[in-house]
Amino acid sequence: MIDYDLVVVGGGPAGLAAALEAKKNGIERILILERDKYLGGILQQCIHNGFGLLYFKEELTGPEYADRFIKKLSGTNIDVKTGTMVVRINRKKEITALNSKEGLLFIKAGAVILAMGCRERTREAVRIPGDRPAGIFTAGTAQRYLNLEGYMPGKEVVILGSGDIGLIMARRMTLEGADVKAVLEIMPFSSGLMRNKVQCLDDFGIPLLLKHTISRINGKDRVESVIISKADENMSVITGTEKEIPCDTVLFSVGLIPENELSREMGLSLDKATGGPVVNELRETEVRGIFACGNVLHVHDLVDYVSEESEIAGRAAAAYIRDGLERREREIIVERAENINYIIPQKISFIDREREMIKFFMRVKRPEEDVRISIADGENKKLASYKRDLLTPGEMLVINFPEKLIKDNTEKIKMFIEKERR
Amino acid sequence: MEADVVIIGGGVVGTAIARELSKYELKIILLEKEEDVAMGSSKANSGIIHAGYNADAGTLRGKLNVRANPLFDKLCSELKVPFKRIGSLLIGFNEDDLKVLKEKKENGEKMGITGMKIVSGEDLFKLEPNLNEKARFALFAPSAGIISSYEFTIALADSAVINGVKIYLDTELIDIETENRRVLGVKTSRGFIKTGIIINAAGLFSDNIAGMAGDNSIEIKAYKGEYHLFDKKWGDYVNHIIFPVPDRKSKGILVTPTVHGNLLIGPNFYAVDDKDDLGVSSAGLEEIYQGAGKLVSGLDRRDVIASYAGLRAKTEGDDFIIGHSDLVKGLINVAGIQSPGFTASPAIAEMVVDLVREYLAREKKQELRKKDYFQSELAQRPVFTEADLDEWDELIKKDAAYGEIICRCEKISKGEIRDAIHGPVPARSLDAVKRRTRAGAGRCQGAFCAPRVLKIIAEELGLKPTEITKKGGNSRILLTETKGLLLQKGEYHDD
Ligand SMILES: Cc1cc2nc3c(=O)[nH]c(=O)nc-3n(C[C@H](O)[C@H](O)[C@H](O)COP(=O)(O)OP(=O)(O)OC[C@H]3O[C@@H](n4cnc5c(N)ncnc54)[C@H](O)[C@@H]3O)c2cc1C
Repeated sequence: MIDYDLVVVGGGPAGLAAALEAKKNGIERILILERDKYLGGILQQCIHNGFGLLYFKEELTGPEYADRFIKKLSGTNIDVKTGTMVVRINRKKEITALNSKEGLLFIKAGAVILAMGCRERTREAVRIPGDRPAGIFTAGTAQRYLNLEGYMPGKEVVILGSGDIGLIMARRMTLEGADVKAVLEIMPFSSGLMRNKVQCLDDFGIPLLLKHTISRINGKDRVESVIISKADENMSVITGTEKEIPCDTVLFSVGLIPENELSREMGLSLDKATGGPVVNELRETEVRGIFACGNVLHVHDLVDYVSEESEIAGRAAAAYIRDGLERREREIIVERAENINYIIPQKISFIDREREMIKFFMRVKRPEEDVRISIADGENKKLASYKRDLLTPGEMLVINFPEKLIKDNTEKIKMFIEKERR
Repeated sequence: MEADVVIIGGGVVGTAIARELSKYELKIILLEKEEDVAMGSSKANSGIIHAGYNADAGTLRGKLNVRANPLFDKLCSELKVPFKRIGSLLIGFNEDDLKVLKEKKENGEKMGITGMKIVSGEDLFKLEPNLNEKARFALFAPSAGIISSYEFTIALADSAVINGVKIYLDTELIDIETENRRVLGVKTSRGFIKTGIIINAAGLFSDNIAGMAGDNSIEIKAYKGEYHLFDKKWGDYVNHIIFPVPDRKSKGILVTPTVHGNLLIGPNFYAVDDKDDLGVSSAGLEEIYQGAGKLVSGLDRRDVIASYAGLRAKTEGDDFIIGHSDLVKGLINVAGIQSPGFTASPAIAEMVVDLVREYLAREKKQELRKKDYFQSELAQRPVFTEADLDEWDELIKKDAAYGEIICRCEKISKGEIRDAIHGPVPARSLDAVKRRTRAGAGRCQGAFCAPRVLKIIAEELGLKPTEITKKGGNSRILLTETKGLLLQKGEYHDD
């Protein structure tokens, strides 16, 4: 059994930021476990720009953003094992992993930070009928083939879902000479960032067909065509609206899900809305000393927020290891109104006289215009409110709530979004 | 090229026959038109080893099922294929159903099936807590089991190969040469093979094959069955194979755990014209979801990780056709092998050996001689998820490839994938690797591991990544290197 104060599972942006922050807060024996052969996670295949505007105040590509953290890491004594797959974690913080150099590894950790990232939803998640030929990819897999392996996975492309990776890939494949025929979105609004719709579709004349879906994929060996159809409000195909588009490739960009197999096997309860563990404001899961941050917790729109959130977890893990956390007698539950999809954290567990603000990350279910987000206590007394012009499900909403407004006897706070009265 | 016996079709029937015949002094060639074995009905089916109470005692379907069922424990341990005898429950909702259960029980007992009993009320829900609350009775048959149909078929083929059978993949039978209504040889997409005996185990296409020899007595129609496979979260939602009371056409939409810990629901039943049509339809998937909901409650479709379809090869008469062609000497038809054909396959193989023996004695005055040595066991390949961790540690120290996990969902190592690529019947495509190792069979359906598996196949076989396919034929995954399309268009940009 190898011993570490802190083990970070995952060497993407979340794991890197969390480990560095724990180090900065005085933790000495830190280990990062990463299953891929390199650090940086999914950023390494995101060779487009748009990263770092908030965190570094400059525009970077994915690999550049990752590199800033990897460089910092190399100046520290943080241990890194790449090519190492964690297969089990238990509640006693014992970790089983393996790699080809050392074989099986059994590691005992003082604290654990889960930073395994997320995976893409597949064709099956949206149940598209038809054949099962070659040429059907999730957008991220196609991105990997193109940007990391150096191969073109398709020539005539239809993209289902307006998630950011799909939009980015529409542009990327166009630049590589492919004909991207359309991006279809079943909802009446795009699910990606507005800037990606403009820069990746509009600028290249690629049509975004809202309220459309694929009703059948055709092709024996390789994709030959898709049948597209209009969809109604219930996301059901409207018969009689079918149109065939010849193509050899279909990309699915239909959302991401936190990668929580290890968390589930450990028995952590997962939030149905986020797909990630339930956490308090320091990103600690229901097992004390096990934290989660980044896309394993909830899918972020920008990596900048991942870094910020992971620093919260890194700092907290350091405090936990030094026994420097002061817990509230009673946890405060964070409740949400129907039109809010999720809120992180789901509860507040600590007393911290030094912090001024508690940061909430949330997403709405539907686009909302001219609204006020309000926070009330258990007696429905309004504590704080925030005005916003436009909220969309594709963009995370970040809110800072003053610590001072939390009283010793507060049991829950509620968030809701209402139309701004003028 | 010459062979004593040419088998057409690398499904469970063809491969089981190949293995059984490989115990004898014969030169055997098996032809399969696809790039791998187990690409027809033997790939996508329910994977049930039936107890055998369904078909009438007088039919081949009934007799061979009951004969074959007890053979699976030994066979699967020899072939290192997972098999679990978990038992089946045929569910009844009212007194009419109960009558059917009793008839089935009686029919089964007449054929010698033991251990069956009718359970009801609380006992039933003790066995299956998630059953639809309206369920009242069940016929419990302890001898029913679950298997992975393609793994079993591949293992039969591997075993045949190590015992001397030549399996030619990507090789289609195009025509049969006869003289005076006697078989002379086969014309294939890769040349002529001289032979005196052809075993027609071509599944959906066995009518065409017989027709090539001048025997037009068989007509096969394709009937589709669609499935949903659920995430492993659902693997222990039911403990048995759960059947509804069957209608006349089929055994109905069932719910069962799989040997690898997923949950499978399906199949429905409808005729299709195109014998290669494996597409799934919204209506069909809805039908199986509703059908499964009648048996168990609480399924959640959001956890479906794969949907697919299989095709049954049915004849008008509904029973298996196994025997010498009446019209052409040297042609043995094994056709119309619909359910429970998978279960029956070991008994079908034994029956075909008898037919070959009889034919050689009658027509050639030859005796079918057993080989001195038959290698019945396949070597156990290392499987990480089933291994003892200390032993796996030692394995990695000997061969580092076993330490590199390639498929994150099913936890499959590079070593396991490499073993599949170099197996007796080699895996050369992504799907072939998936069937042998489960890399890509998990919840992300290969989104993570496909690029990595593709690279390993290319490296191991010395091919370019652009040559690797999903499932043979024109199913290439990558079209060109980057910049390739631009160059084809007469452009080049390097930004
Ligand atoms: C939906 C469904 C569910 C089922 N469930 C069960 C079950 O639970 N239990 C059970 O016991 N049985 C079940 N069955 C039945 C079982 O799957 C079949 O009986 C069995 O797989 C038939 O095997 P086969 O070898 O005859 O056919 P196949 O597996 O179809 O093999 C025939 C092979 O011949 C090849 N071939 C065809 N033409 C040529 C040619 N010209 N040249 C070369 N090769 C050729 C094909 O490519 C194919 O690989 C089910 C079937 C279906 C479709």
